[in-house]
Amino acid sequence: MIQAIHDAKLVWLYGGVLFVLLISALIGGILKNRHRTDASRTTIDNLNARIRAWWKMCAIFATAVVIGRVGSLILFGIISFLAMREYMTLVPTRRGDHRTLFWSFFVIMPLQYYLIGNQWYILFAIMIPVLACIFIPPSIAIAGDTEHFLERASKIQFGIMVCVYSLSYAPALLLLKIPGYEGHDARLLLYLVVVDQMSDVLQYVWGQLIGKHKIAWRVSPNKTWEGFVGGVVSATALGTALWWATPFTPLQSAGMSLMICILGFNGGLVMSAIKRDIGIKDFGVVVEGRGGILDRIDSLCFAAPIFYHLVHYYFAL
Amino acid sequence: MSNQIHPVASLLAAIARGISGVQVQWAGCEPDERQRIYFANHSSHLDFVVLWSALPSEIRARTRPIAAKDYWEETPLRRYLTKNVFHAVFLERGSPSKGKHAEEGHFVGRHLIEEMAEALGTENSLILFPEGTRGTGEKVGPFRSGLYHLAMRRLDVELVPAYLENLNRILPKGEYLPVPMLSLLTFGKPLHVEPHEEKDAFLERAREAVASLRRIGPA
Repeated sequence: MIQAIHDAKLVWLYGGVLFVLLISALIGGILKNRHRTDASRTTIDNLNARIRAWWKMCAIFATAVVIGRVGSLILFGIISFLAMREYMTLVPTRRGDHRTLFWSFFVIMPLQYYLIGNQWYILFAIMIPVLACIFIPPSIAIAGDTEHFLERASKIQFGIMVCVYSLSYAPALLLLKIPGYEGHDARLLLYLVVVDQMSDVLQYVWGQLIGKHKIAWRVSPNKTWEGFVGGVVSATALGTALWWATPFTPLQSAGMSLMICILGFNGGLVMSAIKRDIGIKDFGVVVEGRGGILDRIDSLCFAAPIFYHLVHYYFAL
Repeated sequence: MSNQIHPVASLLAAIARGISGVQVQWAGCEPDERQRIYFANHSSHLDFVVLWSALPSEIRARTRPIAAKDYWEETPLRRYLTKNVFHAVFLERGSPSKGKHAEEGHFVGRHLIEEMAEALGTENSLILFPEGTRGTGEKVGPFRSGLYHLAMRRLDVELVPAYLENLNRILPKGEYLPVPMLSLLTFGKPLHVEPHEEKDAFLERAREAVASLRRIGPA
């Protein structure tokens, strides 16, 4: 706990985040009163909603970091739970999936975070993709309903892979033993989250400002080539500028940021495709005020596992 | 009956709200202390607790469920929950009004209506599931006639339709362990029996009123 507060670079990084958030909140407030057309108002409202969510995330994140590794595991465990709850609510399941879903929520998910907390490296990496994914289809089959069997098994497997397995790689960063970086892993986690979230919002902002050529208009009308390039370049620049908080050189930090941005974009694209398939625009809209977590973390779910493995392979013991 | 909320009832309400993540919408009316009969679709054991927990506490203290005697008096735990914790009104499930023994059904029915009217008294409200049993949650089944007779007996009481959505996936019939998905509860516009309205026409209108509150629709 004391360690986290005495990590000057972590305090700087965190202070920087708060500063940027304060500035954006001010700009958001000013723009809210300026813009009169419906389209621009929607954009501003979207940005302000993101800013409000980030304030909360920042507060929770700071608390988690101060508590330490257990705090971060609990925080990400809760995010996993809320995300999977949204996902399973909106993805059609049948009566025969009930017990499998119960296992997914109350056994597999807590077990995954428990394994990380206990530093069972190999088991945490294979528990869901190997064990859970072998367990899920027979546990559905035993309920005796064959209607859409393959789809149902795949939907549950995908949900648990994205919402639990992939996301759990973010707090798993705190377990890495990087020579010369001991005790500073919280910075690495914050770095991942900041670059990922900034990439998300900068792609959105660039897209709104100069976006013309749609990347996959059927999947997401908001994703344009201009937004993608602008967002990725500016978020990568930001990530590069944060190299001092990481174990990377500036060039390595640029590469890592670029990878986080591109994977994050893919995460958003895949989740948009799922939303179109189910017939909703946001995971949050159906359950106003309670939802929307999956909309915020889809990019993180795709970036975290690969970021972890790259850092593990090249930097950690 | 006392107007005190049993602590176990408050605890169960909090748990049910947590598990069901219910989002409540008063679409057709506002919460009100006047006497009402809340009637809703039925697909889960959580239905009553979730609906009850959505009411403000002053109203909650005076709102009682109707429980089927054959089921809820079967074990000591069920009896404790319904009788002591939620002050339920026990009813014997009669045969549906259109059965072979229409004559007999009518007789039992009249007795039940009196019991419900008595439970309403001068200040209580009731929660009623007119389908009479838990369905699969896919569609709202036909209503039994108790709602109509009770409404005719107590024309002063407002009938408030409500739709509970997704609870059939959270705790379906026959399961004991819940899956914590999100659910929706929508209260609709209060109904009354129209002058000269036939029983079947009213019951169908009431069923429609509940079914029309569905927000997401069949998956």
